[in-house]
Amino acid sequence: MAIDNASGRAPGRAPGRAQSGKREAQALSPDPECSREETLLVPVQSPQDTTASGNGSASVDQDRLGDVDEWGRSEHMRAIMRQLMDPFYNHWFRVEWEGLDKIPREGGALLVANHAGAIPPDAPIIIHGIEKELGRPVYGLADYWFRTIPFVNVMWSRMGGVTAHPDNALRIMRDNRQLALVFPEGTKATSKTFSDRYRLRRFGRGGFVEIAMRAGAPIIPLAVVGAEEAMPILFRVPGIASMLNLPYFPITGNMLAFGPVLGPLGWFLYFPSKIKIKVLDPIHYDVEPDQERYSRSFVMEEAEQVRTMIQDALYDMLRDRKSAFLG
Amino acid sequence: MAQALEQDPDFDVILGMGTKEPRVALERAEFVRSDQAYSILSRIVRATHVDTIIHTFVITNTSEASNRTLHETNVIGTMNLLAAAGQRGSLVRQVVVKSSSTVYGATENDPVWFREETPRSKSVRSRLERSLIDVEQLVKDFAEDNPATVVSMVRCANVLGSEIVTPLSSNLARKFAPVIDGFDPLVQFVHESDVVECLLHLTRKRIPGLYNLAGDGKIPWSEVLGICGTKAIRLPAYGTMNIASILVHLGLIHFTPEMEPLLRYGRGVDTTRIKRTGFEPRYTTAGTVRNFIKAMRLARNMGKEPPSYTFEQDIEQFFRHSPAVVRS
Repeated sequence: MAIDNASGRAPGRAPGRAQSGKREAQALSPDPECSREETLLVPVQSPQDTTASGNGSASVDQDRLGDVDEWGRSEHMRAIMRQLMDPFYNHWFRVEWEGLDKIPREGGALLVANHAGAIPPDAPIIIHGIEKELGRPVYGLADYWFRTIPFVNVMWSRMGGVTAHPDNALRIMRDNRQLALVFPEGTKATSKTFSDRYRLRRFGRGGFVEIAMRAGAPIIPLAVVGAEEAMPILFRVPGIASMLNLPYFPITGNMLAFGPVLGPLGWFLYFPSKIKIKVLDPIHYDVEPDQERYSRSFVMEEAEQVRTMIQDALYDMLRDRKSAFLG
Repeated sequence: MAQALEQDPDFDVILGMGTKEPRVALERAEFVRSDQAYSILSRIVRATHVDTIIHTFVITNTSEASNRTLHETNVIGTMNLLAAAGQRGSLVRQVVVKSSSTVYGATENDPVWFREETPRSKSVRSRLERSLIDVEQLVKDFAEDNPATVVSMVRCANVLGSEIVTPLSSNLARKFAPVIDGFDPLVQFVHESDVVECLLHLTRKRIPGLYNLAGDGKIPWSEVLGICGTKAIRLPAYGTMNIASILVHLGLIHFTPEMEPLLRYGRGVDTTRIKRTGFEPRYTTAGTVRNFIKAMRLARNMGKEPPSYTFEQDIEQFFRHSPAVVRS
């Protein structure tokens, strides 16, 4: 099986390529004890019923058995996952949102965030937070690499992961009027070492801006602080990465700290850093939607604008932060 | 197909061609037996002044055809057919071709929905895909060379139905079907009657163009097995083809090289364009699967009867040929 890793990607394909980290360790060990917060099992309501509809028709298909939607997301499995994740969300990372009201309650929008951590915890946390607080499903656009790994691909897809293909993003936002989450830095951000923390990498080729323009959807930048400290990378071992066909193979602080005690399981345990997410002002583009292409320089300029916004917000948040773990 | 055509009084003469005798009794249609590559077609087109050709003989089931047969039938057959249709003095004004969504391939880089103009994500891997791409190229060339002819092509998702036999349908009709361990792709099906209806729709309305055809929705392969009540044979995610070929030799499963990427990554086609022409498939993807398995259960209990008209063969013969019957 050929797996294209970070360095061997076909050029000219997907914009806003990003990686979303699902915590497989948790996902694969369902815990029946975790049923205290019943509210989390209430299905997330989507503005339109898109769960059972295909190709645009909105009727519920009587012949279906499961609730896996056309993107592979299962609300039922999300509900179970929300229960499993909630203690981590509340007590481990103590996630704090600022400006959640800036995320629209309906209609398509593109959430753009900075990405960090060897196995980035930001994607599941953002998705969990928005589904819990706003009751809206979020589709995480991520590297197709996830689709190639047995079991992980199914879990990833049921949790709302979608390949970062321009057509997918467009359809989620324009046709299904849902939220899509993208990390334009991609693996460039998650593979960076701890010394480079909170320094945003290149925002792809600006493809995410073009898709938002085409979909007529606003971009909502998110600045995430704390994910960098949850699983910091000390250095990378490229040899092992190419041997295992991974985008990168990191030696993390977690491996050194928990590894001797917990063994390989400790590799997946995050440091309990305090995670703060700030929702920045939505950006609406005053351009005609559904165009085949937009001016390259305009797109690049706007992408840089989004990047600067998030970078500045990060500096502000870090100025106010007293401790990485206490906030 | 011919049966459906017979129902429509707008078609005066219906001529069937194939390498095998038709399995159903046909009322008005005549049938000509031909060789694999349909080389006699040019004579027939000249002799009968055919004005419409519906081309459905493209093989997509590679478990039943050798590579040679595949190439001869699909590529050479299509070439001969289009050459006959485009020859000097030909009265052919419409060509409708049934292709398959297999031309899109199935890879991890794919979008969840393929539009007609979406390019393939990766280079061609299987012989079937290559042959279908060749066929489509021939059809496109023909359309370019004969601007006066209405050329339409339908890329069907995986077809299911009581009559058609595909590698997937033969698996689902059994007790066990292959699953690649650790993968549960979203797949799409279209019912055979919707395929026929769609080809008829394009023929009647003389609509040119390239169209995707599939039932609404995409469902996980595991759910397909669930609807059918079929149990999974789990193939390992690595070395899948090797294990699969052993099981194929043992006669436990049907497995073609095209199924491997499909059962790993799935495939979806966007049907907005065909719907815009006014065609609406009757069955959704899940409905297709359910309808298919119901028909299979009936066949299991009743025995596999050849599909036929309501009346017995000899009564049909009487109505058709006896001078006693008054014909308008």
